[in-house]
Amino acid sequence: MDFNLSPDEEAFRQEVRTFLAENLGEGERDMATIAGFQKKVREKRWVGFSWPKEYGGGGGSIMEQVILKEEMAKAKAPPLGTCFMGLAWVGPAIIEYGTPEQKKKFIPDILDGAYQWCTGYSEPASGSDLASLSCRCEREGDTYVVNGQKIWTSIAMWSNWIILLVRTQTEVKSKHDGITCLLVPMDTKGITVRPIKNMAGGAIFAEVFFDDVRVPVENRLGEEGQGWGVTVSALAHERSSIAEVHGLSRILDDVKDLARRCRKNGRPAAENAGIRRRIARAEMRIEAMRLNGLRFLTKQLRGEKLGSETSINKLHRAELEVELGELALEIQGSRGPLWQGSDVVPDDGRWQRYALSWPEVVIGGGTPNIQKNIIAERVLGLPKD
Amino acid sequence: MNFGFSEEQELLRAEVRKFLDQNCSLDEVRKIAEKPEGFDRHLWGRMAELGWVGLTFPEAYGGVGLGWVDLVVVLEETGRSLFPSPLISTVLAGTAIERAGSDAQKERHLPGLADGSVVGAFALVEDADSLDADGIALRGARDGDAVRLEGEKLFVPDAPDADLLVVAFRSGDAVDSISLGIVERGAPGLSIDLLPGMDETKPTGRVRFDGVTLQSDAILGPVGGAWPLVSHLIDCGATAVTAELVGTVEGLHALTVDYAKQRIQFDKPIGQFQGVKHPLASAFVDIESFKSLCYYAAWQLDEDPAVASLAASRAKAYASEAAPRFGVDAIQLHGGIGYTWEYDAHLYLKRAKWARPAFGDADHHLERIASLGGL
Repeated sequence: MDFNLSPDEEAFRQEVRTFLAENLGEGERDMATIAGFQKKVREKRWVGFSWPKEYGGGGGSIMEQVILKEEMAKAKAPPLGTCFMGLAWVGPAIIEYGTPEQKKKFIPDILDGAYQWCTGYSEPASGSDLASLSCRCEREGDTYVVNGQKIWTSIAMWSNWIILLVRTQTEVKSKHDGITCLLVPMDTKGITVRPIKNMAGGAIFAEVFFDDVRVPVENRLGEEGQGWGVTVSALAHERSSIAEVHGLSRILDDVKDLARRCRKNGRPAAENAGIRRRIARAEMRIEAMRLNGLRFLTKQLRGEKLGSETSINKLHRAELEVELGELALEIQGSRGPLWQGSDVVPDDGRWQRYALSWPEVVIGGGTPNIQKNIIAERVLGLPKD
Repeated sequence: MNFGFSEEQELLRAEVRKFLDQNCSLDEVRKIAEKPEGFDRHLWGRMAELGWVGLTFPEAYGGVGLGWVDLVVVLEETGRSLFPSPLISTVLAGTAIERAGSDAQKERHLPGLADGSVVGAFALVEDADSLDADGIALRGARDGDAVRLEGEKLFVPDAPDADLLVVAFRSGDAVDSISLGIVERGAPGLSIDLLPGMDETKPTGRVRFDGVTLQSDAILGPVGGAWPLVSHLIDCGATAVTAELVGTVEGLHALTVDYAKQRIQFDKPIGQFQGVKHPLASAFVDIESFKSLCYYAAWQLDEDPAVASLAASRAKAYASEAAPRFGVDAIQLHGGIGYTWEYDAHLYLKRAKWARPAFGDADHHLERIASLGGL
C-alpha cells in the first residue's frame, strides 16, 4: 500500500494547482473569469482529458485524470467544458461507434461546448426496465421515421441534439435486440418538448414527443438493432467517484457549520448527541466512498477491468444525498419545513431546495433498488428475476 | 498510488487460509470452544512457529518485523475461520511492551509472546465501561519503588488464558497519572475468572487485583505517561477487531448467498426474490466499505500512528453497526434452519455480537469522529 504520487504525477498536480490558482482565484467568480477559464482549459486539452489525442482529447492517464478531478474539486472549479452529456457519454459513444464523418461533425463541438446534448432513453413505460423501450422507428429508404415519446429528458428544452434510443425491430428474441441509436437535431420537424415541473418547483427535465420525425440514416450511431450495446458501453465510462466524494465532503462541511449556527432546545445543534452521531456517520460513509474509489482505481491501474462493484459507491452516494438533506432539515427543527422568502430560514432556503432535489442523482442513473439488483446478480451471482 | 496488497501479502493470505482450512474447520472450532481453555495450545504454537503471532514484533525479539497491513491479512483469515485464539490480545500486549518497554523488558517478554509460549492480554476496561481515561479507576499506590494495585478489570479479552497481562492503572486523578504495568500469571493477589459469554470462541474475564505488587521493572515507560500509548492500543485493538470482522462477515455472507442459491421455495431459488437479494447486496456494500476503512486504518497505524485514531474510529464504527445487523439478517434469510444449534450461522452472529463493544462500539467511535472532526 502506498498513497503517494510518483514525481511525474506530483509535478502534474502542481501544474494543475498553479493553473487553477492563476485562472480562478478565490471567492466569487464573474462570468468573464469563467469564460476565460473555459477557453484556457480547452487550449490545455483538459476538456475531454481522458479522450484520445487524435480526437482532440487530452490523452491523460487514469492517474492524471484522477489528479485533475481532485484538484478541480478542491478548488471548487467549474466543470471542464460545458457540454455535459456530450462529454459524459455521447462523445465516448461516438468515439467508439461513430463513423469518421460523425466524429468530425460532433466531437469538436462537444469539446468546444458549442451546444448542449440531451439523452432520450427513458419512456413512460420504460424506466428501470429501459430495454423494454418501444419508441417506434421505421425505415423508409435512407430515412428513419420516429414516432413515440421520451420522458425525464434532462435539459431537452435547452439542447440542440438528442441521443435517442428507438425500436427498429419488435420481433426479437431478447428485448435488448432491435434497439437502434440515433443522433437527432432537436429542431427537426415533429419534435415537441414539454418541460415537467419537479417537486422543488423547477423544470430541468421534460417530455419529448416524436411525431413522424424523419432522421437521415447517416445519423445512426452504430449498427441498426445494436443500439443497446452503444448505450451500455457509453454508460460504462465510469471512473472512480473522486469528484462526487469531494462534492459530498463540501456539503458535509456546510452541514457542520449549519449545526453550529442552529439551536435545538436552546442549545447549538452541534452539541446534540443525535445530530453529532448522524454527522459522524455521514462523514464515515463519505470516507468509505473515497477509499472504495481508491481500491477501484488501484484495480484499474493494475490493468483490471472494473465490473459492477462501482454500484457500491452509487448506493452510498444515493443514501448520502438523501441523508444530508434530511439531516440539514432536522438540524433546523421548526425552520426545516419553511421555504425561501421566510426571514427566519437559514441560508435563504438553500437546504430546503437541496432536500427536494436528491431525485436528480438518486433516480437518474438507476435507482438504488436497481443498483442492488446489479450487485446481487452480477457480483454475488444470484439468479436473475 | 496503490491501495491494494503486495504479492507477498497475497501469498501470506493464501498460506494462512490454507493452514486454517486444513486445521480449523467449523467442526473443529466447536470442539475447541468447548475446551476449558477456549483455544488450542497446539494449533496456537504452530501458528506462532509460522511467524503469524509475532508478525509485527521486531526481528531482534523473535518477531518478523512486518506491519499492521500484514497483520490485517492474517486477522481477516482468522476471523473468517472463527479461529479461537488469543491473537489480538497477545499482539496488543506485545505492542505495549515494544512501544514503551526498556530493552530488558523487551528481551524478557517479547520472544515468549512471539513464539506462542506466553499468551498476552490487555486489561483496560472496568465497571464504568468507558474507553476514556476517566474509565480507568484501578489504583496503583506507591510502595517505595514498587506500586500496589487495588481494584478490578472487567471484560478483559482472553484474560482466562493469559500468562501475561498489560494493565492500565492510575496513581492520581489527572490524565497524566495513567500508567501501564506488566502482571504475570500467579502473581500474589491476582485472580482471574471467566465471564461466560455468548461467543465461546472469545473467552472474556474478570481480573481482580488484591494488593498485587508491581516492581519498578514491571512498569512500562515513565510512571503517569501512558495515556497516549493506551489510546494507541485502543486504535490498534479497534482496527484488529474490525479486520477479524471483515473475514467473519464475509464468511457469513458467503454461507448465506450459497443458501439463497440452493434453497427452493415457490419453485424458485429464494435468491431470485428481491426481498432476499437486496439485504445481501446491502451487506456486500457494507463489508466492502468497512474493509476499505479497515485497510486504511492499518496503513495509518504503520505510517503515522499519531493520527490513526480517526481512521480507526471510522472503521470500527462502521463495522460495529454493520456486522451485528447482517448477523440478524443472515439468520432471517435462512429461516428456521438458521435458528438451530447445528447450523453454523449463529457462530458468526455471536462473533459479531462479541465484536460490537470490543475496543469501542459505534456510539463511542461516532462521538470520537464528531469530536475529531471539529464538532
